[in-house]
Amino acid sequence: MATKTAHAQDPALQIGKEKLLRLYRQMVAIRLFEERVNDLYTRAVMPGLAHLYIGEEAIAVGVCEALRKDDYITSTHRGHGHCLAKGASPDLMFAELLGKEQGYCKGKGGSMHIADPETGNLGANAIVGGSAGIATGAAYASKYLKLGRVAVCFFGEGALGQGLLYEEMNLAQLWKLPVIFACENNGYNEYTHFSESTAGDVNARAAAFGISVETVDGQHVREVFSVASKYIERARTGDGPAFLQFKTYRYHGHHVGDVARAYYRPKAEEQEWVTQRDPITLHGEWLMTNGIADRAALDAIQESLVKDMDAAVEFAVNAPFPDPDKVDQDIYA
Amino acid sequence: MLDTAAAVRELTFGDAIKEAIAEEMRRDPKVVLMGEDVAEAGTTFKVLTGLVDEFGKDRIIDTPISEAGFTGIGVGAAMTGMRPIVDIMFGDFLMIIMDQVANQAAKIHYMSGGKWKVPLVIRATMGATRRSAAQHSQSLHAWPSHIPGLKVVVPSTPYDAKGLFKAAVRDDNPVVIFEHKISYKKVKGPVPDEDYVIPLGVADVKREGSDITLIALSSMVQTALRAATMLEEVGISAEVVDPRTTWPLDEKTLVDSVKKTSRCIVMDEGYFRYGVTGEIASIIQEQAFYDLDGPVRRMGAMHVPIPFSPSLEDATVPSDRQVFEVARQMCNR
Repeated sequence: MATKTAHAQDPALQIGKEKLLRLYRQMVAIRLFEERVNDLYTRAVMPGLAHLYIGEEAIAVGVCEALRKDDYITSTHRGHGHCLAKGASPDLMFAELLGKEQGYCKGKGGSMHIADPETGNLGANAIVGGSAGIATGAAYASKYLKLGRVAVCFFGEGALGQGLLYEEMNLAQLWKLPVIFACENNGYNEYTHFSESTAGDVNARAAAFGISVETVDGQHVREVFSVASKYIERARTGDGPAFLQFKTYRYHGHHVGDVARAYYRPKAEEQEWVTQRDPITLHGEWLMTNGIADRAALDAIQESLVKDMDAAVEFAVNAPFPDPDKVDQDIYA
Repeated sequence: MLDTAAAVRELTFGDAIKEAIAEEMRRDPKVVLMGEDVAEAGTTFKVLTGLVDEFGKDRIIDTPISEAGFTGIGVGAAMTGMRPIVDIMFGDFLMIIMDQVANQAAKIHYMSGGKWKVPLVIRATMGATRRSAAQHSQSLHAWPSHIPGLKVVVPSTPYDAKGLFKAAVRDDNPVVIFEHKISYKKVKGPVPDEDYVIPLGVADVKREGSDITLIALSSMVQTALRAATMLEEVGISAEVVDPRTTWPLDEKTLVDSVKKTSRCIVMDEGYFRYGVTGEIASIIQEQAFYDLDGPVRRMGAMHVPIPFSPSLEDATVPSDRQVFEVARQMCNR
């Protein structure tokens, strides 16, 4: 798993220093973003619901760093990480989360519906599994229009209970579409352990369609990046879809308000992931052990991102709410 | 009303739709059609026979029996450069695709603050009296009409079907078209050779009259016209107005007609309760109350699952005789 001993011949070094540092930087950015979401939400500055991605950063970052800017993603209710990793700007993200006019969706979408054509983000989706068709459809259009783009459908393991996913996997493999089904298995369907909701072998479900499957350590950003790169390029060259199951963990509750959660998830388990399996700590240590960055360099990345994120929050807090007159705009194109 | 002097050809309702699809596919290579048995089989209703010969299986696309799955692909493809037409065969299958229609296609433009567009056409059928029983006979156009973000087309004549279908394909919004399946072969009418488009949201006066307005949609237009002929024989002049689209809805044409005649029956093959007739009747009463001689009457499908037996099924749909009787009573003749 993530306890691989680093050594001079570690194949991950081939990823290159710049990219390895960028993987770190992007994960820290998401962590800092989400910490501020938690703060804004608990201070009642942010309305609605907040589903934090903290703990799962390596997946969004590892996968999106393997994508081109014009490749597509679909995201989930726990989607801030995917949107940021695909290139969303934190100030416009925070503005949207606070319901402000300058937000990505003019305040009409909110936390669960960030969308951005500029970065190929087809939208976060609050229907579990609901975006499987959209991602597969984007992959279909890419193939039909010969655009060479790949679509990644991010979903939690809870979506394994939705029938639509299997219809899309069948169609994707039947038509050899360039779509990656990225299953983020954080172990819990909301407040229920996934073993109580999921029969049989998860990967075997996709494999039954003839889709290539792989289980990936979702706390290990270099592994995520390498595996994702392999299947994304494979899809891009016409070899069809892949199903990747990323083993991960969300440090917080299902949403920010899910605080008293010992009834479904032991504290010791949470502590183990936080202290032993943290993707940022693991990658940071690896960077230091391999001489790519020292502690000071990593601290500098963090400090610069803290400034950026604080400025982004300030921008969003000070941004105006949309005029109520705009409520009935954008219903029809 | 169509100027019949200029139109020399007669087409069936089904052929008019096929011609609309073929012309739009010739005009725009981004238009594709997908559904179950649409290619060589030409659909279960044989409406699209021959299209696959001209456009090939890459554009007339047979799908698995996965209505939600291929509708989802349609949504994603529409967002990313295509103009797909998805064919769900029976309108009853609308329930199977409803998440993709109502939660996804309808809302994506708004949720994204107007950034993504979904130029998708969904073909469905409607209409009872085909002895197909409760799951293949419903007229469910009220369902999508209830959802902001969708447009809903319910054509009654070959001329309207062709012009409205072409408008739907060119529209940048998701449009659901309900084709009355009994009309495919049964209803014939003049259709000009030249290219024409009928804008969505413009009602058509199918017959002028002065004593009573019969507002009728889809299959009920033929019923209303027959009733109008019967009424004429007893000296009652009935005006028949067809909204042609339930959304956008041309309120003005409907209201103006009722202001002129002072009486109104709204007829529809959808379920009577909580349906299209209720919506239109309330609009009439809100906007033409002081011009009315009496309450607006409504006639629609009975509030029962559509039965199989001919003697039972025929009783569920308003007949020309029933419309005649109600209109006569309202006119005190």
